[in-house]
Amino acid sequence: MSDETTTLGGRAQRWLRRAVALPYVWLLLFFLAPFLIILKISMAEPLVAQPPFTPLFEWGQHGIEGLKLTFENYAFLFQDGYYGIIYLSSLKMAAIGTLLCLALGYPMAYYIARQPARRRQVLLLAVILPFWISFLLRVYAWIGLLNNRGVINDILLALGLTDEPLTLLYNDFGVYLGIVYSYLPFMILPLYANLERLDLDLLDAAADLGARRWQAFIDVTLPLSVPGIVGGCLLVFIPAVGEFTIPALLGGADTLMIGRVLWDEFFISRDWPVASAVSIILVLLLVAPIVWFQRVETREQEAAR
Amino acid sequence: MSRRSLGLLSIVAFGYAFLYVPILSVVIYSFNDSRLVTLWGGFSLRWYAGLLDDQEVLEAALLSLRIAAVSATLATGLGALVALGLQRLTRLRGRLLLAGMITAPLVMPEIITGLSLLFLFISMAEWIGWPATRGATTITIAHITFSMAYVAVVVRSRLAGMDESLEEAAMDLGGRPLAVFFDITVPMLLPALVSGWLLAFTLSLDDLVISSFVSGPGATTLPMLIFAKVRLGVTPDINAIATIIIVLVALGVITAALVSRRRESAAAP
Repeated sequence: MSDETTTLGGRAQRWLRRAVALPYVWLLLFFLAPFLIILKISMAEPLVAQPPFTPLFEWGQHGIEGLKLTFENYAFLFQDGYYGIIYLSSLKMAAIGTLLCLALGYPMAYYIARQPARRRQVLLLAVILPFWISFLLRVYAWIGLLNNRGVINDILLALGLTDEPLTLLYNDFGVYLGIVYSYLPFMILPLYANLERLDLDLLDAAADLGARRWQAFIDVTLPLSVPGIVGGCLLVFIPAVGEFTIPALLGGADTLMIGRVLWDEFFISRDWPVASAVSIILVLLLVAPIVWFQRVETREQEAAR
Repeated sequence: MSRRSLGLLSIVAFGYAFLYVPILSVVIYSFNDSRLVTLWGGFSLRWYAGLLDDQEVLEAALLSLRIAAVSATLATGLGALVALGLQRLTRLRGRLLLAGMITAPLVMPEIITGLSLLFLFISMAEWIGWPATRGATTITIAHITFSMAYVAVVVRSRLAGMDESLEEAAMDLGGRPLAVFFDITVPMLLPALVSGWLLAFTLSLDDLVISSFVSGPGATTLPMLIFAKVRLGVTPDINAIATIIIVLVALGVITAALVSRRRESAAAP
């Protein structure tokens, strides 16, 4: 990072250093402190009071006199198989949604990257445009389409492909569809950025050497586009794991996703310490793939040098 | 055309249809006279007319716009300062912490951001008596916090590709730092600031989860209202709200794209 930064004159440096204190304090107060509070509450005991948890510090005449920490909420999460199942189910649903997204996004990115420059811009804009339209409204749009008496079932019935309406909504299928639909641009953009830079001469060379196009794709294009695939998958997978809106609107009562359970734990059960412990474990689950990705990237940059 | 490229083309066509059919269906059904959302009962503007009388919707929309405008403006300022600090300062105490705190909101699940901020506001109310009630102010603070991370990304990438010789020359000629900053740095950063602001504005206008956590009884934003209505079943007036938003956003994005393209072709000889 340090080789990217460039210097400014001394006075400007001093001025900027003072100005940066403002967002610095803001982030300490509104990002770091809340996170520490969650950590703290996750180690408090639940209480039927407002707020519904025990204080962690005992304030005496000489400041903090005692520190009460309990790992009971975490122990509860591990003993109670329910949460383990929900975490696994969220990871599974996010992973399947991500793979479906890749299956649709890769051909689209591949196609766009191979168009003339002008058409590429238009096609890309058409991918990005829906992203700017409200996420909530785009998820909502599917309710009307997937309904038992919605357009899709009408078409299927009219074509005689099915005798009775298919249940497309309020189940896991609805959630997968919602993930693919909502996050498709996040998959296509990094894939496109990667595929666009690929050296077409390599493919031509492979073709000249007698490789069949499909073979050339498997042997040359696909391995070279791995960074794009990894980047796109992470951009879809990470928000999908903690997703609330999609399972809440398109999922069924038995759709287990951690974001929704967390919401209910907080708003309905009002068990704040357990909700906090659930959050901390979710963050830890998400940190792992990010750290892994950054290590892969650094290794690649070092290899490129 | 070979069979292979035909296959690819049909997947791509399916992909674009997949992206746009739901949006189009909402627009079409917003003109549906029937109260049943799935049945076509003839063309009508009654849902749009109904919106004008719906005090609840109008208030929610106004609140959302107000929060979005204020939070986007403050987030742009704060986010740009972070970007400048990280990109331009040679020595910055706690650089790693700052870089971490400005990147983490991008990957933090919304539900956790919302929960943690709510806990903070409750604790603050206990300790210092502020905020006494939660509502527009707490939502605005929450939105500033997550959108400044997005602004910082946009501004940093612009700064990384910017030529600094102009600023240096102005400094060498004795320009005061503040004057140089506002006369030279800010105009050069302007495109990034504008797109950062638009991004922050859209994110704020769209946010459901974080607002739901940090809001109080008095403040309902448009997404919160829509979510509550949708949970009770699809209602035609949401189609009308959605169509208005879709048309406004589409116009905005297409205009921005045309403007930037014209500027590019003007810059190229």
